[in-house]
Amino acid sequence: MYVYDAFDRTLVTERVAEFRDQVVRRLSGELTEEEFKPLRLMNGVYLQLHAYMLRIAIPYGTLSSEQMRMLAHVARRYDRGYGHFTTRQNIQFHWIKLAELPDAMADLASVGMHGMQTSGNCVRNITTDQWAGVAPDEIEDPRVLAEVIRQHVTLHPEFTFMPRKFKIAVGASSHDRAALRVHDLALQLFRNDAGEIGFEVMVGGGLGRTPFLAKTIKPFLHKRDILSYVEAILRTYNQFGRRDNIYKARIKILVHELGVEAFAKEVEAEWQGIKDGALALDPAVVAEIAGRFRYPGYQRLDDSSPELAAARKSDRKFDAWVGNSVANHKVPGYAIVTLSLKPEGGTPGDATAVQMDAIADLADRYSFGEIRVGHEQNLVLPHVAQRDLPALWRELDAIGVATPNVNLVSDIISCPGLDYCSLANARSIPIAQEITRRFRNGDLARDLGQLHINISGCINACGHHHVGHIGILGVEKNGEEFYQITLGGKADENATLGTLIGPAVPYAQVADVVEDIAAAYLELRQRPDELFIDTVKRTGVEPFRERVYATR
Amino acid sequence: MPLVENGQIVEDRYVRVADDAPIPDRVPVIVSAKRFLAEADALIRRDGSLGVAWPNDRRVAELEPWLGHLALIALNFPKFRDGRAYSQARLLRETLGFRGTLRATGDILRDQFHFLVRAGFDSFEVKKPADARVFAEVVGRYSVYYQPGADGRTSALRRRLQSRAKMPNTRETV
Repeated sequence: MYVYDAFDRTLVTERVAEFRDQVVRRLSGELTEEEFKPLRLMNGVYLQLHAYMLRIAIPYGTLSSEQMRMLAHVARRYDRGYGHFTTRQNIQFHWIKLAELPDAMADLASVGMHGMQTSGNCVRNITTDQWAGVAPDEIEDPRVLAEVIRQHVTLHPEFTFMPRKFKIAVGASSHDRAALRVHDLALQLFRNDAGEIGFEVMVGGGLGRTPFLAKTIKPFLHKRDILSYVEAILRTYNQFGRRDNIYKARIKILVHELGVEAFAKEVEAEWQGIKDGALALDPAVVAEIAGRFRYPGYQRLDDSSPELAAARKSDRKFDAWVGNSVANHKVPGYAIVTLSLKPEGGTPGDATAVQMDAIADLADRYSFGEIRVGHEQNLVLPHVAQRDLPALWRELDAIGVATPNVNLVSDIISCPGLDYCSLANARSIPIAQEITRRFRNGDLARDLGQLHINISGCINACGHHHVGHIGILGVEKNGEEFYQITLGGKADENATLGTLIGPAVPYAQVADVVEDIAAAYLELRQRPDELFIDTVKRTGVEPFRERVYATR
Repeated sequence: MPLVENGQIVEDRYVRVADDAPIPDRVPVIVSAKRFLAEADALIRRDGSLGVAWPNDRRVAELEPWLGHLALIALNFPKFRDGRAYSQARLLRETLGFRGTLRATGDILRDQFHFLVRAGFDSFEVKKPADARVFAEVVGRYSVYYQPGADGRTSALRRRLQSRAKMPNTRETV
């Protein structure tokens, strides 16, 4: 956990005061909706189909139990008793009243939370691996430098009105759990041949109507230079990014149109002029930030406790959950536990106030008061003693967050779609719900193995459909909802964009198509342990296309 | 449109001269970038303060040879959300060392004031009189900033260290 100090608290409080003034001016008519729009967007407030929506930043996906309780309070007091965790590790509330927004924000500010950087054309909330600080394959905790960058870009005077939003992700493991390469700026911490830790800098990734994977412009950047180099990238983008067409305004288009070499050269020239100035990062500054991350006082425990082994043996359901939702921790005797927010028939990423309060209590009892949010829209208890797993599982199961489907076919990433969003062309959530019902049989889901389905209700791709093993994109045809299906996308360190398999199918057939694809995979795979994504890579989409369209 | 300088609404000393109009003597004037680039040598020899209105889609580095002769540069925000001139301002102040007046023009509302000040502006053509009147109050709304800017304020990252024990490292970095 990063612990706020007086500076952080003062800024957030002053921000609430400013927003309160803006809401008063809007309600009195002094500000037009057009003038109010960029101001509310700078605080995470959107106007959606039915109401205002408030998006709250969860920097690098780390939450304290106290913060989770406050989210439950906001859900209860200002919304309809639930919240929605997003693919950018944020949470959104969809039923907020404008007049009550300043109070909701003041409540959030009391625990160091806010909506800054969750909307508008600024640097958005910085994301990272939800296992940061506990993953066995990590070279250091990426949240420390993510926090340094977060602070630097918060209310940045130069980069608050850029051509478009700007998303940064930071990774520090060999396995990418943060979908780095689909970000505007991806920073991968690694150790070079000289033994120094620095960043590989990749720019210009993004999905939407023109998907690109980020390209490397700096193979190794010293940590000392991270702020000046980020500043040089943002300055180049702010001046030269396109502003004539909202669909061509992201940095990926600038990088594409200039060419990655020319873009890198422009950044390099800017960077040379500022790298030794005020932004050169003093190790003492980094140490100061690192010092305000609190790490648990772990006990000395051994891996594979006999209690755990006995419990797995005696309870098949528990055993299946451990096999699915529990991962190795870097500290012996501990485990990383994923809480599935994807129950059968549920809305991916939704949690009720009751669940949030219960999860906060369980975090206090079993995970040193800490919770993580992952981009897959699940939650994580990052520091659970292995011997506590049976007791924890019973309590998680009781509140409906122990479905053993993490990384399986029903662990669906979905945007809110036409049920909430004014941009959407088609519904997403009911598609996800129907697929979870079709694959409710746990044995079948386990047999299918790792299989990521991503659903977006429009081309803006908030559900990251391009990088789903199965991607589903809602489009509108003559006033009806149709869905394009892609196969073979992935968002990890070998990120790939999916391939379209054929004409879009109507709403009522989407779940049938997914079942056909699953059946085709079971026939096509060479061995039971050949993953879906590897089968698609080996065979291409053709045999799947044949199967899906043979009878349509 | 009211003009704000030093936190006060002030009379504008400058006259904006159209491209085809004669330039009055001994009066501070603002000319367009096009006219300035065409007539720079004559303009800088003229008696009277000279300002240029620079568009937000041209590199400010083009002005470098003449910066010492310019009393004012007016940068433009055609829309609230078009933030190119923030970068131009910081480049002029921090990279090119421009010390004259930097004026923000266009769609300027109270909610930009602190960003503008931090980017190096010191003169503001404010769109609404009500916003201009509360300039001093609004611009002081934030007492802490995380990042260094062109206004010379110390960043929170650095102030934290200063407010702790004396650090052996006194380099002025973030």
